[in-house]
Amino acid sequence: MNARSWLIAACFLLPMPFAAEAQGYAGLGSRAEGFAIPRPNTPLKFPEDHGPHSDFRIEWWYLTANLQSADGTKYGVQWTLFRSALAPGNEDGWQNPQIWMGHVAATSRDRHLFAERIARGGTGQAGVTAQPFAAWIDDWQMQAQSDGIADLKLAAQTSDFHYNLNLKAEGPLVLHGADGYSVKSDLGQASYYYSQPDYQVQGTLSLGDGPVKVSGSAWLDREWSSQPLAADQSGWDWFSLSLDSGDRLMGFVLRGENGNFSSGTWIGADGTVSALAPGAFRAEPLETTLVAGREIPTRWSLVLEERDLSVEVQALNPQSWMGTQFSYWEGPVEVSGSHSGQGYLEMTGYE
Amino acid sequence: MIRAAFLALLSHWLRHPLQLVTLAVGLALATGLWSAVQAINSEARASYKQAEEQLAGLAGARLGPMEGSISLEQFARLRRAGWQVTPVLTGNVNFGDQAFDIMGIDLLGHPLSAALITEQGAPDLTALTPPGLLFAHPDTAARLTLLPDSPPLRAVEDVPRDLLIADLSLAGRLLNQSHQISYMQLLPTQRSGLQPLAELVPELRLDASGDAADTARLTESFHLNLTAFGLLSFAVGLFIVQGGIALSLEQRRAMLRTLRGLGLSLRLIVLLIAAELMAIGILSALLGLAGGYLVAAALLPDVSATLSGLYGAQIERGLELRPSWVLSGLGMALAGVFVAGAQTLYEVSRMPLLAAPASQARGQHVRRSYRLLAIAGVALLMLGAVILLVSEGLLGGFAFLSALMLGAALLLPQLITLLLSLAQRFTRGPFAGWLLADTRAQLPGMSLALMALLLALAANIGVTTMVSSFRLTFTAWLDQRLAAELYVTVRNDHQGAALQDWLAARDIPALPVRRADLRYEGLPLRVYGVVDHATYRDHWPLLDAKSDAWDRMFRHGAAMINEQMARRHGLKPGDDVALQSGWRAEVVGIYSDFGNPDAQAIVALPTLLAQIPGVPNRQFGLRVPEEEILPVSKAIRDAFDLPADAITDQRTIKMRSLAIFERTFVITAALNLLTLGVAGFAMLSSLLTLWAQRLPQLAPVWAMGLTRRQLAATELLRSLLLAAMTALLALPLGLALAWALLAVINVAAFGWKLPMYLFPADWLQLFLLALLAAALSAALPTWRLSRLDPADLLKVFANER
Repeated sequence: MNARSWLIAACFLLPMPFAAEAQGYAGLGSRAEGFAIPRPNTPLKFPEDHGPHSDFRIEWWYLTANLQSADGTKYGVQWTLFRSALAPGNEDGWQNPQIWMGHVAATSRDRHLFAERIARGGTGQAGVTAQPFAAWIDDWQMQAQSDGIADLKLAAQTSDFHYNLNLKAEGPLVLHGADGYSVKSDLGQASYYYSQPDYQVQGTLSLGDGPVKVSGSAWLDREWSSQPLAADQSGWDWFSLSLDSGDRLMGFVLRGENGNFSSGTWIGADGTVSALAPGAFRAEPLETTLVAGREIPTRWSLVLEERDLSVEVQALNPQSWMGTQFSYWEGPVEVSGSHSGQGYLEMTGYE
Repeated sequence: MIRAAFLALLSHWLRHPLQLVTLAVGLALATGLWSAVQAINSEARASYKQAEEQLAGLAGARLGPMEGSISLEQFARLRRAGWQVTPVLTGNVNFGDQAFDIMGIDLLGHPLSAALITEQGAPDLTALTPPGLLFAHPDTAARLTLLPDSPPLRAVEDVPRDLLIADLSLAGRLLNQSHQISYMQLLPTQRSGLQPLAELVPELRLDASGDAADTARLTESFHLNLTAFGLLSFAVGLFIVQGGIALSLEQRRAMLRTLRGLGLSLRLIVLLIAAELMAIGILSALLGLAGGYLVAAALLPDVSATLSGLYGAQIERGLELRPSWVLSGLGMALAGVFVAGAQTLYEVSRMPLLAAPASQARGQHVRRSYRLLAIAGVALLMLGAVILLVSEGLLGGFAFLSALMLGAALLLPQLITLLLSLAQRFTRGPFAGWLLADTRAQLPGMSLALMALLLALAANIGVTTMVSSFRLTFTAWLDQRLAAELYVTVRNDHQGAALQDWLAARDIPALPVRRADLRYEGLPLRVYGVVDHATYRDHWPLLDAKSDAWDRMFRHGAAMINEQMARRHGLKPGDDVALQSGWRAEVVGIYSDFGNPDAQAIVALPTLLAQIPGVPNRQFGLRVPEEEILPVSKAIRDAFDLPADAITDQRTIKMRSLAIFERTFVITAALNLLTLGVAGFAMLSSLLTLWAQRLPQLAPVWAMGLTRRQLAATELLRSLLLAAMTALLALPLGLALAWALLAVINVAAFGWKLPMYLFPADWLQLFLLALLAAALSAALPTWRLSRLDPADLLKVFANER
């Protein structure tokens, strides 16, 4: 996952009680002093890199799942933990500069429930450990059942909904960019970025009307950096699709004042990973829906000519609005056309 | 016909405007005092509620430690179990020589955070990172002089006065407590299915109430007090109204007879009179509400001074017209009119068409009812005693007070009758015999007014005794507690040490005042460490102590605790008390500590320092001879560059404390005086009522040769006699009331008992005041009598009435 969480993490600082109107991304960038910067040719090390990197400004553990009950009802589940540091360092107690934010959501065709938690670091209320792997905020957690992150237990409960899922990785970790060093702009901004796009999921999910047994697939993204994106970008549309052919596609469009920028990654059924050339991935909105007072595209046409892909992507529930401090649209989608499948769509910056 | 009859009834008031005024003023007074009290109460409650809403974050349930502080682990345990709690760190910080309470909150999660930004726009993240940001009320901000190295300050209206709010990071730095939590606030929304707190954190204590609720609980006694006063004055006011209504009907008997003779049904007449009462009731109620508003507005500043002085509760607003007390005032006035007029209406409804004056028979009837009243009175007094024995607490105390007052009032007519019978046995001569018999015959008309007088006088004696006892005790206590002549506050510990050296070099005894704020059973506990000095051994106000208490404290680590702590937790000398985990101390003494709602203890300074290292050392009491006070304070100020208010001499502190004390009771005194005034007015209205009824009895005496002047003097004498008897009976009642206030109500409300002192000079003054009130209220009827046209007296023999 790339661009989307950059903005969330950046804006995460803004909508809090401390929103500063005048501070754009540049403002954030100006406070990068003291933080570590991603460097090329730094091989990722596991399991250490599953844990937090307190010297970097922003980081996330981002999991989305497409699920299905025995009677074929489709669901989507999101579990996200963001870390954002006001300054480098991670000592215990009130002087800890780390801030944690959790978002969870559960979506069906006619319901979309979500919740948000915020915690300061240094107390144990929220955090991540690399070995054994565990990420948590309050009573929401993602916990490894064995070494690494191949076998996870995922749980979240709110007053409206709760879920308990077991995740088993079917394939290897995918390192984006150059062995996990993922360049983000012509100016050289970059992040460390890897994914586990292929979890098989079993578990129970309740959207307030009793628990339902569900199964399906999930996608975990891990990314950390210290540099935000360019200032002219107002938002983005981001797709992660699992195709019935076994292939996977991650593609995004950054909507900027100086023109859109699109890119992505193609993960073949055989496990081969290839980065997409800028502009190769094209996305056009086909239909908008009024969501939370704004027009948001909920049906898209996607084209990736080099893979003979031309599909329509339709939101399972067009009202998948995350009305959190920083609000955005995030929900499960269904894919039809040259390929069929399912996935997740995230859209930000629609005012 | 109805209209004509109504106008005929009303015409009475045209001919007796004074009577109308009495009636209306009586009712207005009753309503006014009642609604004033209600207005003050509702204003105060609204103010607490507003404070609670404004600072949602300060109220609500909290989890506190049994002692010490909460650990991060306990906090994380709760959060990870799904409980939505937010940590708060509280303490005391000094900026220069000023000390402030500081509340560290999680600006990311505490409900208060929203209020901190809505007022001031959007603060940036700097509040979370060094140097941080302090939030304070503009008034507090104005008082706070920041040093170059103190964090920036932002004034926000919604922060309570005298409190600084900061993010936990800044508060942790200022208090040097970056791993502690003072308490946790439970957030309003919790999901279902959570593991119970008692299982998760059995070592923590759940306080269902926060500050605001505490305020409400603490101040409840005060408001109950006011309400009691309000009811008392309302009852006294009703006596006036009753007298007025009775008089107006007495004088209209002839008219009523005529109306009935003209064919008006009794039913219609009763309805018309009821309508008339209703009209007067509404009119007076409006008058009373206006008056009540003015009284409340005048008293509110004192009330708010009292509340903030006693409980630290702030009323930061003017008086508003609230439907609650306006409606309650109107309702009370109308209900009062009908209660007061019920008897009269009943009499009218049973009035025979031709009634002869049958005073003697009425008298006998009345005597029987006095006995019944007296029996009821005794029963009430016994009930009061039972309540006192059975129940504890404030409500029981007030129930006892009500039973005592009402029972005594009911006993009054019988007691006066007995006194008069007794006097009759010892008098000779026809005139004296007639005077006493006539006084007794007057008693039915006067008894209500006398009851009112009794209650007012007793309340006056009781409250005065309480306040004066309190004052004496408080002054003596101040002398004991403020034994040192000079009190110095320096900027920091470093300066404190320097001052100690400086003083030692000059042989000036210095008593450091060092304290630590802990928690005992989850409630605040302040522990002072004191040095072994004669000042303490000679002056400390001990209530109860072991024989070698001071030695045990200074040599063996024992502690003395204040009365509040002893009462609240049932501690007595010889008990062990855990001041902090791992710190047990024997209680060797209990001392009085007025005006402090919280627990307090003193231990030897080395004991305190051994348990809690790093206790601030910034305050000192200096023992200097009287003539040295000025030069020494000037020398210290110069040597240490201290501002003027860093050095206070004992007399100033005492003066300030006493000023607070006086303001605390000014409202009680004001209500007291008003009640007495109302009682005097009740007598006046009763005498005016009697005046008309008494002509048939006075005319024969006049005919036998007594001059009008002599008759007038007799009237005056009789009023004085009755008032004197009432005042004498009020004395024991007042003392009983004072005892109840001091030994029952005070203990329940504040947690301390006060010794009772007697002030005979005050009683004499009050006695004379009662006589003066009686004389004044008798003045008008007496004057009228002395100027009465003999023809009117003669008419008595011609007409029946």
